[in-house]
Amino acid sequence: MTSAASSTAPEWGEDRLPPRQRAWSAIRGAAPIFLVLLALLVAIAIRNPNFTEPSVFLAFLKRATPLAILAAGQLFVVVAGEIDLSVGSLITAVVVAAAGLIDGDPAKTWPVIALLFLGGAVVGSINGSITTRLGVPSFITTLGMLLVLQGGALLATGGSPRGSLPDNFRVFGRRGFEGVPAIGQLPYSVVILVVVGALAVALLHRTTFGKQLFAAGGNPRAATLSGVDVPRVRTFAFMLSAISAVVAGILLGGFAGLSQNAGEGAEFQAISAVVLGGASLSGGRGGTIAAMAGALTLEALFTLLNLLGLPKPLRDAVQGAIIIAAVAFAAYRSRQR
Amino acid sequence: MNATAGGRFRAWIAALCLLAGAVAGSGMTVGAALAQTASPAAEPASPFFNQAEFERQLHQRTVTPEGPADQPWLQAIEPTYVDTAQYKKDAPWHVCFSNAGLFNPWRVVGWTTMQAEVGLHPEIGTFTALDGEGRDEKQISDVTDLLGQGCDILIVSPNTTAALTPAVEQACGKIPVIVFDRGVTTDCPVTYIHPIGGYAFGADAAEFIVNTVPEGGKVLALRISPGVDVLETRWSAAKVLFDQAGIDVVGAEFTDGDRAKVKSIVGDYLDRYGTLDGVWMDSGATSVAAIEAFEDAGLEVPPITGEDEQDFLQKWQSDGLTAVAPTYPTFQWRTAIIAATMVLSGEQVPQEWVLPQPVITNENLDQFVEPNMPPLFYAMCGCQNMPGFPEKWGGTAP
Repeated sequence: MTSAASSTAPEWGEDRLPPRQRAWSAIRGAAPIFLVLLALLVAIAIRNPNFTEPSVFLAFLKRATPLAILAAGQLFVVVAGEIDLSVGSLITAVVVAAAGLIDGDPAKTWPVIALLFLGGAVVGSINGSITTRLGVPSFITTLGMLLVLQGGALLATGGSPRGSLPDNFRVFGRRGFEGVPAIGQLPYSVVILVVVGALAVALLHRTTFGKQLFAAGGNPRAATLSGVDVPRVRTFAFMLSAISAVVAGILLGGFAGLSQNAGEGAEFQAISAVVLGGASLSGGRGGTIAAMAGALTLEALFTLLNLLGLPKPLRDAVQGAIIIAAVAFAAYRSRQR
Repeated sequence: MNATAGGRFRAWIAALCLLAGAVAGSGMTVGAALAQTASPAAEPASPFFNQAEFERQLHQRTVTPEGPADQPWLQAIEPTYVDTAQYKKDAPWHVCFSNAGLFNPWRVVGWTTMQAEVGLHPEIGTFTALDGEGRDEKQISDVTDLLGQGCDILIVSPNTTAALTPAVEQACGKIPVIVFDRGVTTDCPVTYIHPIGGYAFGADAAEFIVNTVPEGGKVLALRISPGVDVLETRWSAAKVLFDQAGIDVVGAEFTDGDRAKVKSIVGDYLDRYGTLDGVWMDSGATSVAAIEAFEDAGLEVPPITGEDEQDFLQKWQSDGLTAVAPTYPTFQWRTAIIAATMVLSGEQVPQEWVLPQPVITNENLDQFVEPNMPPLFYAMCGCQNMPGFPEKWGGTAP
């Protein structure tokens, strides 16, 4: 009895099926999370009828974008059978470093953004190399990286962030294309979300690298025997996750401005989103669109709990319980297969 | 295969119904509870609200403090002095400090100011400080550690009132103790230094809202988190004044001090109500995020309250906002060191050293805007003329 989780075939990569059946199988595989998302969106709309207006809905998407991008990045790592806990504090480091290095000087924005991406790639490759070459479980590697980045950010700022983010840095997370017919402002965030989403879908589900990643996560031994350089593809997955955190950090810093606690708890949310989207934490299974829908679902859940006026401790408890229930259900479902 | 798929589908639908039911159910009960709290008459008094203390603080705001007006960290409101001749000691002194932690920028500015104050006193031969890292048990063991280090005096900024009281009592038996910021429930310390308090802070902000928001205007209250006494007092004072004035408080939301959350919450309210006529905040670190929510929605920023953080003061000045900044002054960190030197010199100190709590308004805003300082620099530090300013506080020389 081979279960889907240990199969080396990507869940939706049923390439041999005719296109119509392939599309149907994709919808069926992804359906549950979309139903939950739809239910939550309807609940929000009942509570707050304005929610159906394009501008309000786009504002919701804009708010959800950093988490959705982070979830897409995390998915690469999860599919490869690993986990990345360092993304939340990487976001903090990105926001704090951007403010400190740019220090309100618009001319420095682009060089610093380039530097941030470089830094993200380095962090990701360190995570990946330590995990794959030294054999340290990624749980420990990235937990350690979380502390290193958090401590580093605190050390550099002395606990009170320095510098400031100029407008040309903040536009990405804050502004949008003006005067778009029927919707008014189209936030840049939403455009970035679509572009990143398309890139992630293409990379994970349409390339050899993506297939190798599913293979490495599903059954590393079989993957190695069939010629996949497992350490290499896994390291690359960590780099993609870190880079997604850089993008999320730039958008979050743009949206909300400089803050020492930007990105706090983001790793838990991103992992929850990925699992809500049906990915298996033991690797080898998951879908990009579903993971991003998982992120939107979480954001919708936060919005709804806030609209219902639940006090924060109860909101935390409800959120935790719902996430555990969803993951337990996903595990139950994968056992049924 | 089909049977399993069908079963899976049914299971999902069942789970969905459960989820929807859970959310709707809790929503209904909470909705009912909210409906009650929305009408002021039905609101039971907050367990944190103390009428006598509320009135005392509102009174203290009107008293002219004793001491030099240009050095508010030396001023005291209605002091009763105690004799300290028994603690007099020859210099050099060993001054010890148990800090609750450096968990927010307010404490970072305070701690920097305190170290600068130590530098002004050559009589202080040794200054030993331990960081409690925001944990009661760590700070309790810090106090015990310090008692074994030959300190001449111990300054404590308690992490929480109840937990630190026994540790402070233990220390009082051995050396003179000074407590500042949050208090303890024992009067064994030589002096307890603190600004007027949370009721005065909340009332200063609420009075501004009452006076600037047109009648029937909608006001949103933003709070960091529930259950923290120093923050609950701010809100409960504001609530009393809003209820008296008949202000329509459309919501009181918790933000966790997270700028992104503040922006989202304000955005949600703007969607729901079109606009708001005032925003009351229990602290200022996220005021700018609230202001940006109005800007991004293309709306005029209504009267808003904040605190003495640079980012808020600068935004207020550059945009010509209608705003006010009550303060919980960081200059009290100076006062703690000054009090220590007074006690060890045998000079009298106030038993309860109540510091003034200056309010920044449009009239004196210009004095506190310092563009060369970091965004979360608290201007009411009394540190502007200290050696090492502004670099030690993270600023650049103008």
